[in-house]
Amino acid sequence: MQLPPSPEEERQRIIRGRNRALALVLAGFAVLFFFITIAKMKH
Amino acid sequence: MTASAASSLPLPADWRDFLSLTKPRVMSLVIFTGLCGLLAAPVRVDPILGFTAILCIAVGAGGSAALNQWWEADLDAKMKRTAGRPLPAGRMDRTVARDFGVGLSVASVLVMGLAVSWLAAAILAISIVYYAVVYTIWLKPRTPQNIVIGGGAGAFPPMIGWIAATGQISLMPVLLFAIIFFWTPPHFWALALFVETDYAAAGIPMMPVVAGHQSTRRQILIYAVLLLPLSLAPFWLHVAGWLYGAAALVLSALFLLLALRVAVFRGGAADGDMRPEKRLFGFSVFYLFALFAALVADRFLIG
Repeated sequence: MQLPPSPEEERQRIIRGRNRALALVLAGFAVLFFFITIAKMKH
Repeated sequence: MTASAASSLPLPADWRDFLSLTKPRVMSLVIFTGLCGLLAAPVRVDPILGFTAILCIAVGAGGSAALNQWWEADLDAKMKRTAGRPLPAGRMDRTVARDFGVGLSVASVLVMGLAVSWLAAAILAISIVYYAVVYTIWLKPRTPQNIVIGGGAGAFPPMIGWIAATGQISLMPVLLFAIIFFWTPPHFWALALFVETDYAAAGIPMMPVVAGHQSTRRQILIYAVLLLPLSLAPFWLHVAGWLYGAAALVLSALFLLLALRVAVFRGGAADGDMRPEKRLFGFSVFYLFALFAALVADRFLIG
């Protein structure tokens, strides 16, 4: 039988999930700004 | 910090809580109407800049939704429909929600201005302030006309989409604004008629609570009558073609018919049925999607 995660394990899981989401958003922002710059240079 | 000290702290909010703070379901309608405004404009838009404009509209809407939930956390706790949201459920600190909302709002306006158009950014900023301050903080708890005023906030996205594409305000974005503005009261009042008990418990002066069912039904009909010529105005003024005109006529006539059934319906809360109200509410969502889809189809198929 699997034991339920301890509060500390749960906290670490939530923080890892938030960090991953933030990393994705920041990476998306960097890619978006790259393409915006290219698009603005064309006009 | 020791493990025992850390375990005594409340758990931090999950990323899903931040996402739900932006009201993703409302955002889908905002994205759709904003995209329609952008695509219906008579200019070719760079796909990257068009995508950025829609992203900014969506993020701005998400930011103002987060600010709305920050301000209304206590009210949300009193309603069954909203009690499970991150703030009333205690999964998130109020200041975190406020900072998240301000951050999203400021970022969306700045990126819109820098990448797309400062005029579109200014209208986006006005729409955020209008929803988060004028509607949420000022008028929603004070007047039963709150839905009419709140309709203005939801009416901005297609206007911003059009302005992001063309760089200027003309008659058409104002008409798109007006169509959603007049569509909102019958849409929300139909909902408020069958969830009245929830709003009454939270003390929000929704029209059915303050003015009664009969007055609300009459006003639903008045807005539906006004929506018919208004939705046809782009066709009459030759800013949209016959495809849009035909769709607007059929959809608005059906909307009016369903509103008429709500207006003459004498059952309701007493018999716990409310079928005409539920039908009008369901159709009103379809109405807006179909009307704006027809506008874009008209632009690409008729020209």
